[in-house]
Amino acid sequence: MSAASHDAHHAHDDHEHGEGGAHGTLKDYVIGFVLAVILTAIPFWLVMADVLPSHQMTAVAVMGLAAIQVIVHMIYFLHMNSRSEGGWTMLALVFTLIVVVITLAGSLWVMHNLDTHMMAPMPHEMREVP
Amino acid sequence: MSPDLVKTIFGRLTWDAIPLHEPILIGTFAMVALGGITVLAALTYFKVWGYLWREWLTSVDHKKIGVMYIILAIIMLLRGFADALMMRAQQAIAFGDAAGYLPPHHYDQVFTAHGVIMIFFVAMPLITGLMNLVVPLQIGARDVAFPFLNNFSFWMTVGGAITVMLSLFVGEFARTGWLAYPPLSGLAYSPDVGVDYYIWSLQIAGVGTTLSGINLIVTIVKMRAPGMSLMKMPVFTWTSLCSNVLIVASFPILTAVLALLSSDRYLGTNFFTNDFGGNPMMYVNLIWIWGHPEVYILVLPAFGVFSEVVSTFSSKRLFGYSSMVYATVVITILSYLVWLHHFFTMGSGASVNSFFGITTMIISIPTGAKIFNWLFTMYRGRIRFEVPMLWTVGFMVTFVIGGMTGVLLAVPPADFVLHNSLFLIAHFHNVIIGGVVFGMFAGIVYWFPKAFGFKLDPFWGKLSFWFWQIGFFFAFMPLYVLGLMGVTRRVSHFEDHSLQIWFVISAFGAVLILFGIISFVMQMVVGFMKREQYADKTGDPWGGRTLEWSTSSPPPAYNFAFTPVIHEIDAWHDMKQRGYVRPTTGFIPIHMPKNTGAGVVLAGISVVFGFAMIWQIWWLAVISFVALVASAIIHTFNFKRDYYIPAEEVVRIEDARTEALRSLA
Repeated sequence: MSAASHDAHHAHDDHEHGEGGAHGTLKDYVIGFVLAVILTAIPFWLVMADVLPSHQMTAVAVMGLAAIQVIVHMIYFLHMNSRSEGGWTMLALVFTLIVVVITLAGSLWVMHNLDTHMMAPMPHEMREVP
Repeated sequence: MSPDLVKTIFGRLTWDAIPLHEPILIGTFAMVALGGITVLAALTYFKVWGYLWREWLTSVDHKKIGVMYIILAIIMLLRGFADALMMRAQQAIAFGDAAGYLPPHHYDQVFTAHGVIMIFFVAMPLITGLMNLVVPLQIGARDVAFPFLNNFSFWMTVGGAITVMLSLFVGEFARTGWLAYPPLSGLAYSPDVGVDYYIWSLQIAGVGTTLSGINLIVTIVKMRAPGMSLMKMPVFTWTSLCSNVLIVASFPILTAVLALLSSDRYLGTNFFTNDFGGNPMMYVNLIWIWGHPEVYILVLPAFGVFSEVVSTFSSKRLFGYSSMVYATVVITILSYLVWLHHFFTMGSGASVNSFFGITTMIISIPTGAKIFNWLFTMYRGRIRFEVPMLWTVGFMVTFVIGGMTGVLLAVPPADFVLHNSLFLIAHFHNVIIGGVVFGMFAGIVYWFPKAFGFKLDPFWGKLSFWFWQIGFFFAFMPLYVLGLMGVTRRVSHFEDHSLQIWFVISAFGAVLILFGIISFVMQMVVGFMKREQYADKTGDPWGGRTLEWSTSSPPPAYNFAFTPVIHEIDAWHDMKQRGYVRPTTGFIPIHMPKNTGAGVVLAGISVVFGFAMIWQIWWLAVISFVALVASAIIHTFNFKRDYYIPAEEVVRIEDARTEALRSLA
């Protein structure tokens, strides 16, 4: 937080500031770093060594590992847990997830629906398809 | 000089960009220049530059920033309303052989500028200003969580406003409508600078809006007075919290979608073009994922104002406090689930359209619950029809009509008939004027004595209300009729003479609203002239119920000498009931943030950067960007950010207040 916010803190010395588990230990950072390296190395290996049978499966696997990577970063580097800041961090995360899911899923649904309705090939176009 | 060199130096900027051939614009420019020179000369003559700079422009005091936001909004309201009058006049006369006085390319800029200015530079500064002014006082805080950031946010908003205003005299504004849908806003159909002005002004102002949203969330979450649990917060603070959550969650989408559009325009990508795999409908989809929450960002704080006003002027506790809070939270979530109702006609199937139609109708349930809560608060209350209460009652009547036409539009088959018609225009003006504008005016009249220490003139205030209320119905009811007859929006010329009478009535309504605006300004002028008579020495002129009324009017820089302790929902009412005695001794030095000019500097450089990007003056863009980053870094080395108000100073201020209160008793 900036010094400016620090002022506000002083102005409210009598406030409760529930900052449970604000800073991680060295051990946390090392665990996080090792996990991050492993989670980066696996997709690299998957792509370079062409391990999985299809490209689609590789893509899905890489995306899945990326999602795990995000969680690792949040826990070990951003020190997120259900207690910090009196639960507000977790609440903010849940809200963010809701909005992101609504935005992405909604857009996919809307645009896909639109595409099938508006972009379906016309009969005369179908005849020209080789 | 060689043409190449000129182009390198000035980019796209040439003498043609100055609209010397447009008499209307030259006239406007002359007026603005004359007014500006008069103001600057007056400021110099009265030697107030130093005062302005020290006490206002560089201030990090949330109250002063709030006031400056509202001043910005009122100035921009005059510009946006001038646009509205021009459109009403054009549509009232342009029938058959009469072409009207505005050529189409100018008319298109006028309606675009009207929408952009009214939403981004009138409604947004009004709500941000009011939240800034009131929220820290309501929660018993001494300032917002990040005071410098607050000042910076304000100046970025001003920067965006300046960029829009520049387009009036240098180049032109977008001719695309207020959301700049592609492909019209793409390079192929809008190759000139209009859309670039649009993009950069919104991007600059958007930084301010997002940051102030974060700032206010942190303030409300972290800085409430001890004892004020979430369910003891005043309703205005609750609605502000939800509104700011919406800002933080939705403005990044606007930023991203405008960034994609600029990348289409500047880098030749094809996100939203017709060919090469682009899809303009994706823009429409994304911008409304921001755009629908935006209307709730605007109206939620207005609902908060009405809740405070109704309860104060009915001398009763608000009916159904917790249902009000839950309704607000439900609206916050639901506002993310309805965006497609802005483009039912885009071609989605029945499943998609009915889903969004139903979610839209559901949102009227919590809103309706709120209306009933206000009515039940008034029921058997001791109602005082002061000006804020008039705005509130006017809101309830007007907003319900707007809400019902909204539910009508939420039915997809009906929307296929009414989409993009004047019915829609009437609907959203009905809810935005009846909801947001009335709410903000109620709030300004209600909290004005808190900010300045005297009430506004009630005669002009009532006049303003009646002109607005009656003018609104004259201006927009004809548009409902025209819309049902199938007249579409954004048309500058008509063939069918039978429609003309409705447009003339509508123009008459706009003139009434003009008188309403003049009266609104007059209530401030007359209030200022009679400030001795209207002075508020108690700090609690209306018999208020929330914490802001417990301090003096205007409050001292530190708001509260001692942080209050909260036991009840209506904290100040509770304190009065329990015979609260103001502490008069034991004051200690108070730690406060220090003013800084960095906000003005950063926003000024941002405007230069935006201007350079708009006119493609690349050297200037690079230099100003580097300067922007550099000055931000330099500011971080400014360690003189705080100071103490010495105890003697606090004692002097508080003793003066004790004396003032004693002389009243």
